[in-house]
Amino acid sequence: MKISMFHLMPYRDLPADFEQKYQSVWVDPPFWELADPAKVGQYYNWTLDELIYAAKSGMDGICVNEHHQNAYGFMPSPNLMGSVLARATNGMNCAVVQMGATLPTTNPPIRVAEEYAMLDTISGGRLVAGMPLGTPMDANLCYGITPIEHRERYYEAHDLILKAWQSRETFAWNGKYFKLPMVNLWPRPIQQPHPPVWVPGAGSLSTWDFAAKHDHCYCFLSYYGNKLGKRVMDGFWEFVDKSKLDPNPYRAGFLQLVVVADSDAQAERDYYPHIRYFYDKSLHILNEYQMIPGNQDYRSLTNSVKNLMPMQLDLMNSVKHWKYKDFVDNQFVIAGSPATVRDQLMEAVKKLRVGNLMVLLHIGSMPHELTLKNIDLFSREVLPHFRNVWDEDGWDNKWWPTALRGKTNAENIGRAAREESRVGK
Amino acid sequence: MAATSEQTLKLWEDQVTAHVKVAGAGPALVYLHSGYGLVWDESLDLLAKDFTVYAPEHPGTSAGDPDSIKPLDDVWDLVLYYYELFDKLGLEAPAVVGHSFGGMVAAEIAASNPRRVSRLALINPLGLWRDDTPIRNYMVTPQADLDHLMFADPHNPARKHVSMNLEDPDSIIRITWALGCTGKFIWPIPDKGLRKRAHRIAAPTLLIWGKQDGLTKPIYAEEFKALIPNAKIEMVDKAAHMTPLEQPAVVAKLLRDFLKH
Repeated sequence: MKISMFHLMPYRDLPADFEQKYQSVWVDPPFWELADPAKVGQYYNWTLDELIYAAKSGMDGICVNEHHQNAYGFMPSPNLMGSVLARATNGMNCAVVQMGATLPTTNPPIRVAEEYAMLDTISGGRLVAGMPLGTPMDANLCYGITPIEHRERYYEAHDLILKAWQSRETFAWNGKYFKLPMVNLWPRPIQQPHPPVWVPGAGSLSTWDFAAKHDHCYCFLSYYGNKLGKRVMDGFWEFVDKSKLDPNPYRAGFLQLVVVADSDAQAERDYYPHIRYFYDKSLHILNEYQMIPGNQDYRSLTNSVKNLMPMQLDLMNSVKHWKYKDFVDNQFVIAGSPATVRDQLMEAVKKLRVGNLMVLLHIGSMPHELTLKNIDLFSREVLPHFRNVWDEDGWDNKWWPTALRGKTNAENIGRAAREESRVGK
Repeated sequence: MAATSEQTLKLWEDQVTAHVKVAGAGPALVYLHSGYGLVWDESLDLLAKDFTVYAPEHPGTSAGDPDSIKPLDDVWDLVLYYYELFDKLGLEAPAVVGHSFGGMVAAEIAASNPRRVSRLALINPLGLWRDDTPIRNYMVTPQADLDHLMFADPHNPARKHVSMNLEDPDSIIRITWALGCTGKFIWPIPDKGLRKRAHRIAAPTLLIWGKQDGLTKPIYAEEFKALIPNAKIEMVDKAAHMTPLEQPAVVAKLLRDFLKH
């Protein structure tokens, strides 16, 4: 299987009373009251360093994503980050996983096709092309997309990008949302017919339908761990079965928060404040911003309000009172000694049937040094035990960059830490 | 409550089903509701004594018919759709009354083809924008704040018609979907160019405004009056944005007096 490190690039130093004083971490947190541009510059550089460190520690891939006006993650242009990462990881068997540039808000969407083609060429064909729909906060509120048109606009952008990558002729695009008289991309991606496409989702049936129709990899990105995620992934695999697709585990991606320390007790000491910060502050999002009228179609809305909303509200309320043990027992975060993390993570990936795992190794307020330590421990003590998962079943990861298939980044395990200690001496 | 009947008509090459509540007798009055969906309030009952009130539900907001919103994409489609509806109902040039979102639509109908509207009444309409008095995006505003923006008395029992009750999932679904379907024509800012078209409105126009309106503040009444050639303002006390729900008798009287003369 493949395991990539995901980074959100959060503001790591929100005030202690943030969630009491402000209504939302997303859309309207006042920058000048809460943040400092020089500090932000430090965070961007740390984020890049941490991801490069992960590549140099043997991780299979490194992931960035796009959010706007969001103190828990603000890479408004994931491709700016991806560009640095692609350059810095040349020569390594590490995928550049863009999870990614948001389609409906990039206008015209061939900009995504162009930038992804740039990243694919700069990286020598190591790009995974994530194609997010974008959240209601990002797309509707920050970028003004009409909620009821959001998904339709996404579908059209996707079709245009795929055609722009593949068409041999200059073509005209007369869409409902986008009209372009002469499309003829320079550059084109190295990977043919196009880079693998991953579709991030939050469990909606429409996204499963879409991923299945186009044979893309579906990635369930949740901050609530594999135990709750199992319900969604079970539904996904049922759907795959009904759609007469093969149950290839690489068809699915999943995001899991993971922290490793020398012992279980040390993990609690090292990471609990940052887990607390993440769930208290980073996920402090105004409900009204998440449930924007029109964003969900009528059937999804009915399902959300009747089935999901009561559960989510209960959950968010109870999480406030959780202790470290609750986060760990419920596996919102898989945390502990290498042995604990190995066992729980192995059970989780098997249970969810996930071939393309993403792990969030930086959480909330984690400082740089602790993040490097987490990456190093994870890649030395956990990652090697997962390389061969799914191999015995003979599944082919056709959603992995062509040039990296059949290879691993194992030769880099421990390299970053070794280089650092050499520099230190 | 007056006896209302519902007419359903196929429009837009049969792709949209219009659901129209009809009541009363007398000259035709078309009433276009707010973003929260049609609430048949007391003011409509009172008007039905003197008028035949036609209250169409905005496409998509009718129970059991969420997809009727799909074929209509922008204000221009919506205005043409209403001319088709008037034709099917046999209304050449009715009086048109619109509240909030419906007020914007009514003004657009009257501006695009001035001959289709005999008299126009706009109650706390949307449709204009002033940078010095921005309009709160009510579709994402927490309920507690909305109650203060929308109602002069935030505890007005009539707020149950336009507020989401967490105990009642159906109310959440109904209101959310109504806001989504109407939001299609005003997101992200309720200004789709009415300012440059308003001068075309030929119908005598009455602007009814809740004095305590926290959403479209009374300065917007002046703005509408300045743009529409033949307009006058009536301010209503003890009313904010939901004037027809807050002061139904006053609204009905103002409309009756304006439309009968």
